[in-house]
Amino acid sequence: MARHGPTVLRVCRALLGPAAAEDAWSETFLSAMQAYPDLRPGSNVEAWLVTIAHRKAIDQLRAAARRAVPTADLPERPSSTGVPGGWESDLWAALETLPPKQRQCVAYHHLAGLPHAEVAAIVGGTPEAARRAAADGIAALRRIYLTQGPEGHHR
Amino acid sequence: MSATHDPRTGDGSLDNSGDDAGVLLAALTEVDSGTERRLHDRLAAAAAQSGILDVAYRTLDTPLGTLLLAATEKGLVRVAYPGEGHDQVLEQLATRISPRVLRAPDRLDRAARELEEYFAGRRRLFDLALDLRLASGFRREVLAHLPEIGYGTTASYAAVAAAAGNPKAVRAVGTACATNPVPVVLPCHRVVHSDGTIGQYVGGVEAKRTLLNLEAAA
Repeated sequence: MARHGPTVLRVCRALLGPAAAEDAWSETFLSAMQAYPDLRPGSNVEAWLVTIAHRKAIDQLRAAARRAVPTADLPERPSSTGVPGGWESDLWAALETLPPKQRQCVAYHHLAGLPHAEVAAIVGGTPEAARRAAADGIAALRRIYLTQGPEGHHR
Repeated sequence: MSATHDPRTGDGSLDNSGDDAGVLLAALTEVDSGTERRLHDRLAAAAAQSGILDVAYRTLDTPLGTLLLAATEKGLVRVAYPGEGHDQVLEQLATRISPRVLRAPDRLDRAARELEEYFAGRRRLFDLALDLRLASGFRREVLAHLPEIGYGTTASYAAVAAAAGNPKAVRAVGTACATNPVPVVLPCHRVVHSDGTIGQYVGGVEAKRTLLNLEAAA
């Protein structure tokens, strides 16, 4: 299970941003450890973990919405990696503008490597819709993020 | 509209989009080892608190190389030499005990401290809770008698067989020692051949000699 730690962290980062990702990661693995005895042998552990992370992220977003923190007014966060910029500012700022479903489909397909059919099973809807949401999300990110990134290029 | 003609979903552009996605998301895919370790430690602490950390482990550097120490809630369940392959040992623990295995040094603080004292020549007896679930039947019977062989002394395989209640089971004593789940702590290294030759050891004959010399010198 620990093998999938980094992948699940990437997914949590893409869903929730730097501040909340680590809490979601911890909750995901704690739930997974609790539920592990019920997991059917031969199951796709990574897809199962992503499904749990998906639910934890939704819980967190709902809780955050209830607290109604005005995120637009937050001051700039110091970079925890010591690198100015990086994903925590530019990329997350771009990800944050995506509709939740696009962000989810981008994370589950492009970061966790799940096929569109499995992504659809997690987020609901058809595999085709999941594929379109992932493609639209990437297209939007390309527009927002790459045009303002330091290199500003894409193929 | 046919999907293949849609620039966003056509197969050709999907591949392109996948490449772009890698470039786009590259900044997010870096997970440094410090972050991983911090998260892992936090999870281990939370799991231990919830009573779902079935096997905790850590490593310990010793004169015999890096030992793997593992404990259940009942006690020390495994001490493994480098030669046994720590990854393989962890796989076995996951299969035989529970897949809920995490690196969590806290539970093994005491075992690590006592082993360090032992290797420094400052400890002759271990005072640790043991979980011997990995040994059963006669092997377990043999393990139970090992602490009777005092520090700095040796006993023959035949003598241990007799003490364990089956004088003819000399070979089985050899097997019990070879599969001792907690070597060093249960001193199978003190079991030698009747003719005085040193015999086999789970950590290698060199390790056995080192341990016997250590105990003779202290």
